[in-house]
Amino acid sequence: MELRLPNSAHLGNIEGFVRGFNPDGKADELSLEIHPKWVSVHPAVLAMSATAGATMIANGGLVTAKVPQIKSLPYLVRMGLFDVLQINPGITVTEHEEAGRFIPLTNVRDNKGLSEFIVNMIPLLHASPDEAEPIKYVISELVRNALEHAVSPVGAFVCAQYFKKTERLAIGVADSGIGILGSMSRSHPVKSSMEAITLALKPGITGTTSRFGGTEYNAGAGLFFTKAIACASRNFFVAYSGDALFKLRRTPSGQTPVIHADPNDDIATRVEGLPPWQGTVVGIDIGIEAHKTFDDLLREIRGAYQLQVREGRKARYKRPRFA
Amino acid sequence: MTVINLFELAGEFAEDKDIARNIRIDKLLPALANGETVEIDFAQVGLATQSFIHALVSDVVRKEGPNVLDRIVFSNCNSSIKSLIRIVTEYSQDQID
Repeated sequence: MELRLPNSAHLGNIEGFVRGFNPDGKADELSLEIHPKWVSVHPAVLAMSATAGATMIANGGLVTAKVPQIKSLPYLVRMGLFDVLQINPGITVTEHEEAGRFIPLTNVRDNKGLSEFIVNMIPLLHASPDEAEPIKYVISELVRNALEHAVSPVGAFVCAQYFKKTERLAIGVADSGIGILGSMSRSHPVKSSMEAITLALKPGITGTTSRFGGTEYNAGAGLFFTKAIACASRNFFVAYSGDALFKLRRTPSGQTPVIHADPNDDIATRVEGLPPWQGTVVGIDIGIEAHKTFDDLLREIRGAYQLQVREGRKARYKRPRFA
Repeated sequence: MTVINLFELAGEFAEDKDIARNIRIDKLLPALANGETVEIDFAQVGLATQSFIHALVSDVVRKEGPNVLDRIVFSNCNSSIKSLIRIVTEYSQDQID
């Protein structure tokens, strides 16, 4: 298996990194290649790299890398990549407070670990409660999805980075489980990874039942909500699983973001025939300039849900009682 | 009336679906079965996930029907949590057993 950390791999251009992934080659070795001059990558890339390495190590294999002494190396060290890969980067970095910049790679293996992680990560971001709400929400839904559906031998890896210049928070979550096709095909007649990803992004569809609306425990709406949060803040959302990648493109300024319940209506890049990733990688960017509250966003999501329902039926909804 | 203090059970960020399911099975459903009205108190809960609210009430609405919402009071909810409750209770009514 081979992975290349390129000069640049963010959600806008992540296809290049994915195409450079080679799942074949030596079955008991992950070879990591790092760009010799500069590396600037999205947390989703780091989460996928960490997951690949941890899975290789868990299976008794080894991870090898030639680590160039480049200016961006301290960033990779601070994000914890080499700790996960069990590689000596050849430098030591003085630890200082991580506030306001990033959440290093964290391996979450169970619900308790997720709850602890969420409590511990928020102070690292120095975010206001309004800013922290969508971040907590997205990480909870994505990691819990991975823990519940992926059957991943190494759990999930998650990390995040705040980009001050563009006022966005980038989050990456990866697992090495059965993938979205493996999960969805338990209950739905899907034939390809792209078909499975498309289905998984529709609210009310879950791999745990063929019934629309899910079960008493799974609503099948976690990925839809996550994509909607990216959409509403005019940012990217990427899901890569098996040989398929779905990328929600950014809504151009001047246009109003529209949340679609059916991902086929999204303005998105859809690529098939990629090097197959055994598992799922999700990357999302969230604008945290706080021009829009989380409640505003939820109202828009509610509207997207209701578009699926006939007007007459909407009027007959029993309303919940608030006090 | 049975009062369920959600903060005591789920904390400031109500996101653990296992906790939600346990509340539904151990507290909410038995009280409703006794004919009681149930108050779910969200005081001090700052945020919840849709998954949590779903695991808490969706099955109740689906199985008991929409009129069960007359016997559940959601108190001290902030606007985000109200939105999530509206979303879940609405789509649950589309999926009545």
